Amino acid sequence: MAKKRLLEAINKINFDGEKAFIPYIMAGDGGLNSLKTKLLYLQDLGATAIEVGIPFSDPVADGPTIQSAGERSLANGTTLRLIMKEIESFYEVVKVPLVLMTYYNPILSYGLKKFAVDCERIGISGLIVPDLPIEESDTLRMELASTDVALVPLVSLTSPAERIAKIIASGEGFIYAVTVNGITGVRDGFDEQLKQHFVSLKEKSPIPVLAGFGISTPEQVVNIGALADGVIVGSAIVDAFHQNDLSKIQALIQASKKKVLN
Amino acid sequence: MVNLRDESRAGRYGRFGGQYVPETLMKALNELELAYNNAINDPTFKEEVDYYLKDYVGRETPLYYAERLTKELGGAKIYLKREDLNHTGAHKINNTIGQAVLAKRMGKKKIVAETGAGQHGVATATVCALFDMECVVFMGKEDIRRQELNIFRMELLGAKVVSVDQGSGTLKDAVNEALRYWVSNVEDTHYILGSALGPHPFPQIVRDFQRVIGVETRQQILEREGKLPDAVVACVGGGSNAIGMFHPFLEDEAVALFGVEAGGSGITTGLHAAAVASAKEGVLHGAFMYILQDDDGYIQEAHSISAGLDYPAIGPEHSYLHDIGRVKYTSVTDLEALEGVKLLSKKEGIIPALESAHAIHYAVRLAKEMSPEQILVICLSGRGDKDVQTVRDALGGEQ
Repeated sequence: MAKKRLLEAINKINFDGEKAFIPYIMAGDGGLNSLKTKLLYLQDLGATAIEVGIPFSDPVADGPTIQSAGERSLANGTTLRLIMKEIESFYEVVKVPLVLMTYYNPILSYGLKKFAVDCERIGISGLIVPDLPIEESDTLRMELASTDVALVPLVSLTSPAERIAKIIASGEGFIYAVTVNGITGVRDGFDEQLKQHFVSLKEKSPIPVLAGFGISTPEQVVNIGALADGVIVGSAIVDAFHQNDLSKIQALIQASKKKVLN
Repeated sequence: MVNLRDESRAGRYGRFGGQYVPETLMKALNELELAYNNAINDPTFKEEVDYYLKDYVGRETPLYYAERLTKELGGAKIYLKREDLNHTGAHKINNTIGQAVLAKRMGKKKIVAETGAGQHGVATATVCALFDMECVVFMGKEDIRRQELNIFRMELLGAKVVSVDQGSGTLKDAVNEALRYWVSNVEDTHYILGSALGPHPFPQIVRDFQRVIGVETRQQILEREGKLPDAVVACVGGGSNAIGMFHPFLEDEAVALFGVEAGGSGITTGLHAAAVASAKEGVLHGAFMYILQDDDGYIQEAHSISAGLDYPAIGPEHSYLHDIGRVKYTSVTDLEALEGVKLLSKKEGIIPALESAHAIHYAVRLAKEMSPEQILVICLSGRGDKDVQTVRDALGGEQ
């Protein structure tokens, strides 16, 4: 089945002259019962889609902020099963596409087939599995084949051209372009080669290219957003929710709404 | 017949192994694989590694006939492969020498490593001093507490030791932090993984550099006894000394191979590090293998008196060798390992590492069931100086 829902949501916002904005939240941080409230809040602010992080005991791709959020969530007893149940209880009122970001082992343990079926049933539109490079992705991809759940691939600054071509060819929903050689988190400067990297990615990719990792300020949302079709903001959102500083979240999303003059 | 060396796909051991890592690392892993394949086809590489193993590490290590222990038990003839006599006191340096020479070939001047007991960290800091490389070692804060002196050793050797507070503060968390560091510094840094773990090509590289243990043992026992051993026993955390010892014997079907995991307080208590005994498989640190985990796929803390075995998984090739039944995996508890320490100290004047003491204890049981014509080899992977404090605390002054 063609993966449509996530792709169309991003295409639509781009067509309107805006950049896509996908905030990341850690499910279970602040209690699993706050998930619905946060999702609806982000939806009302105009998020294009929302990335829902599944906490894991060994999050190798995450920086300190998301690690801590994951530890808080795990301490609350959050599990993938509980998150799926919670989403099932309210998914009909969430209109923006939901993208789950989870490490591979929790979904292996859940059962890949059951996970694919359940994701489809509760309206999940995409999956990001940061420790599942294209070489290892066939099994999960097959289970997702008959669903509208896109397996969103990551491209890094270190990926050689022939890998990028392969990743793009298999890409669904959007291409998640990692903007730093590193883990998720807030940092200052951005790599010089970044601009060229995005020009090349956008040239090659038939689906939108979104930038993520290390985007934490409204200025970065504007500047990096200008290179890509949209941005994903993780640590800064997680931190803002944790500090209960909602104005930060509003400023970040607002920055993506500035019309782009091409 | 089962395929004893199933490597039909690079980096796969049957269904185990693989490369479950962030995309940012894939280029580095592919480069490493290429560089390694080039190196092993270049005779000058092997010459350089062999030179350091001989003149610097002190190989070959003796295969020692433990006569008093043999007589005490009245069973099989027991030999000890003396990896404890290596420079830095354990088998770990076989791998760090090899990987440092490889890093040098790749033009990388910075090294990152994880360590559990500190043995691999010391072995890495040592080769970094030897080859003038920058060295960062990640170590769990719980392990730092247990192995304080090893921190000083590493720092004395010029390494920077970084305490890892996340998770359980042990080896698995140190691996997470080392991987994160590598992801962020991948262009100029080589990761010297210390056990037969992690994403391909690490399990293969570590095994190949540790194979010297088994290759020497095979040759030494043939010279000494004119025949192969009937049984070989090694302790298994991630499994580097064991895979190095076992691999050259895999096709000798008459040689029974035994891997001894850390049974901690006992398998039934749930407080142990015996991944095979837990019988659950999954993905951790880049590989599909047997892992201690709960029903939600979260990795559980391992428990062992021995920091070097305190890892919640067993490497992918061991996982495969278990599946095909070529190696029998078993476990020994903390208390039993302490008995092993006391026995070898008293009977042979050798204080073994707590890790190796697991192998000793199991071998004692095994030897008693064997006949005096039979031969049993124990991989004595390290010396026990580092553990003296832990052993004293555990024994509470009793000897």
